[in-house]
Amino acid sequence: MANAKADPSIYYVPHNGWYPVMVALGSGLMLSGFGHYLNTVKATGDGSFVQFYMGLAILAVVLFFWFSKVIQENFEGLANAQLKKSYVWGMGWFIFSEVMFFAAFFGALFYVRAFVVPWLGGEGDKAVSHLLWPEFSPEWPVMQNPDNQLFQGPAESMAAPSLSQWGTYLPFWNTVILLTSSVTVHFAHTAIKNKNRGGIIAWLGLTVALGVLFLVLQAEEYIHAYNELGLTLSSGIYGSTFFILTGFHGFHVTMGTFILLVQLLRAFKGHFQPDDCFGFEAASWYWHFVDVVWVCLFIFVYVF
Amino acid sequence: MSEVVDSHGHDDHDHGPDKGLARWLFTTNHKDIGTLYLWFSFAMFLIGGVLALGIRAELFEPGRQFFEPEFFNQLTTNHGLIMVFGAIMPAFVGLANWLVPMMIGAPDMALPRMNNLSFWILPFAFGMIISTLFMEGGGPNFGWTFYAPLSTTYAPPSTTYFIFAVHMMGASSIMGSINIIATILNMRAPGMTLMQMPLFVWTWLITAYLLLAVMPVLAGVVTMMLFDIHFGTSFFNAAGGGDPVMFQHIFWFFGHPEVYIMILPAFGVVSQIIPTFARKPLFGYDSMVYAVASIAFLSFIVWAHHMFTVGLPLAGQLFFMYATMLIAIPTGVKVFNWTATMWKGAMTFETPMLFAIAFVILFTIGGFSGLMLAITPADYQYQETYFVVAHFHYVLVPGAAFSIIAAVYYWLPKWCGRMYDERLGKLHFWLSFIAVNVTFFPQHFSGLAGMPRRIPDYAVQFADFNMMSSIGAFAFGLSQVLFLYIVVQAIRAGKPAPARAWEGAHGLEWTLPSPLPYHTFTHPPKVTAAEMHS
Repeated sequence: MANAKADPSIYYVPHNGWYPVMVALGSGLMLSGFGHYLNTVKATGDGSFVQFYMGLAILAVVLFFWFSKVIQENFEGLANAQLKKSYVWGMGWFIFSEVMFFAAFFGALFYVRAFVVPWLGGEGDKAVSHLLWPEFSPEWPVMQNPDNQLFQGPAESMAAPSLSQWGTYLPFWNTVILLTSSVTVHFAHTAIKNKNRGGIIAWLGLTVALGVLFLVLQAEEYIHAYNELGLTLSSGIYGSTFFILTGFHGFHVTMGTFILLVQLLRAFKGHFQPDDCFGFEAASWYWHFVDVVWVCLFIFVYVF
Repeated sequence: MSEVVDSHGHDDHDHGPDKGLARWLFTTNHKDIGTLYLWFSFAMFLIGGVLALGIRAELFEPGRQFFEPEFFNQLTTNHGLIMVFGAIMPAFVGLANWLVPMMIGAPDMALPRMNNLSFWILPFAFGMIISTLFMEGGGPNFGWTFYAPLSTTYAPPSTTYFIFAVHMMGASSIMGSINIIATILNMRAPGMTLMQMPLFVWTWLITAYLLLAVMPVLAGVVTMMLFDIHFGTSFFNAAGGGDPVMFQHIFWFFGHPEVYIMILPAFGVVSQIIPTFARKPLFGYDSMVYAVASIAFLSFIVWAHHMFTVGLPLAGQLFFMYATMLIAIPTGVKVFNWTATMWKGAMTFETPMLFAIAFVILFTIGGFSGLMLAITPADYQYQETYFVVAHFHYVLVPGAAFSIIAAVYYWLPKWCGRMYDERLGKLHFWLSFIAVNVTFFPQHFSGLAGMPRRIPDYAVQFADFNMMSSIGAFAFGLSQVLFLYIVVQAIRAGKPAPARAWEGAHGLEWTLPSPLPYHTFTHPPKVTAAEMHS
């Protein structure tokens, strides 16, 4: 390998490193540990998270060192413009794969609403299941499941009330919060461009705070759903689609908030330059993506 | 050669590979990682092959022979899973690792550390899959398509591990694809336009997009399975307002593009090999690129042709039938172009060429039986019979697997600087070619006569065809041991190969010396139209 430090026309290829194989080990331990936990819970009612936490700990430590190393290499001038372009391509297509992950769940939601529920209600010449559950009446949200003994339907749904009552409708405020946070993260970017360190920290800090606020309200909503609405994961297809879509979105908000928090800490250390802030930019693209998913959720899960 | 082999300005620690195991665990070198992928996939090919031989041993004669029916189900399921996700896909990623950077004049893959991670996830994922076979309740037994509710309500406990293994191999594929896209789009030698890229690079670029689009959907569907099994949801349970048929829709939205993920890089390999041994440029390069892109696009709108008998509305059946038949057009363009490339060429028939020609012929047979299956009313008869088994094995074994074998023979002299034994190579080809047809051709007949697939026993009228299949399968399996011997022998003691191992070969990889230095194209090479064969 030629020396990438001396010659910016050379694409930096790092020498051997222990991070990737340890990430593979950590995720292997974590996922098989989680599987083991789930299976023992199902069989005996109790399980242990020890292996899961071991894997998670390895993952966290190794990723910390891995990212630190990449940041340090950038400061050493090893990352030329072409390498940074690879990062941009990489993050962009990673977000595309995330879009497709959510597409699977949105696809399930649309298929259920357009086909499954009407068919279960007897629509169409092939809908024989209506003979099995003649009581079932197709509606969305599904409040009474075909077999309501096995899957107890919810008492109330999360569907949006009429516009005049949105002032007390929590998902509406969550939408406002996330849309605002997309704007604040953009202002943080502008602050980087203007070399305004105080501005970066303020706007990024505000974004992280909005992310946390969203998560708190989302948790509040889940508690409300479980305790007062009788809306749970096992309350039939409405609960299933509701929780898997909002749940994975919430998981992504958690990740996004954490990533932005890391960028905030880096901003305190003065890491970002107007022409060299990929870590921040990747985090902000991810955040905008999570925001767009929420808008789709709000429209298709809550409003329509 | 100073342009291609950098011999000065070294960092102290960057001379070459590390010693021993550390080299393979920690490597960021695309050649090392390509080698890891290829050996891993070969190991999986043997394990999946042993499972297949278990199936064929059980089916050698009517009546129960060796295995409980429950275990037979595990054999078919794990044979499919291991061959698809463990053998074919990683082998193509291995080829991409070895070849894409050299073909486009790049120093390595765009993101070398992530490249290592993509590989090392796989042993953990497949360790998990294989370990399920030894668990209480047995391994996955619901077929490689894992239809709900067999894979949810009635699934063995080991399904939980199966789900997480799928998540891991999906992550591996996604990272691999991102790497390949970034490499191809960002790291071509200056002056190499997209329409000058070797076809193998083109097919992998398009395959990577397919992977990025559908592997997350597979992750989504297994996640819904996980929730149905452990968290009380009812995605695939009609009693709670869900639908098992919805599983099939989401699965095949992944599954059909997945089929092309396993064949598009094969098209690329064959498009490299045939021009070399016909000593002519590829006929209709542009149309080849457009054909691959069309096939990739169509793969997203044909998924329900796997589900004609589950009770789709008539309009859906018609749409999916016609859309499926459309694929024959770009595929026909490709077969025509390969044939036209050979037309009036100065042909020689070295082992890679033999495998490539066999690919064109036998893949076409698989394509034609695919057209038969696309006809909805006819499919009512073929569904779940051995005709389907014959069809997809024709496109996957003498299709995908033959192209991988052809690629190994073709590029091995470049990879290790040594030539394989041509006589043994030809022997391997003829044994494989005959055995593969003896194995799978009779399955067309038993299938058309109504023999169901995934069944450990069968009616006596299918006995002769099954015996033939079993004999062919064992012969095919043994010939792959010969392949292993040929490759190892070439690596250890083959005759030194020249830089341009084949007289008619074009492309940047052949401008590099043999054996290859550990790092190549540290400085980008000059791209000439003559070398790109354009």
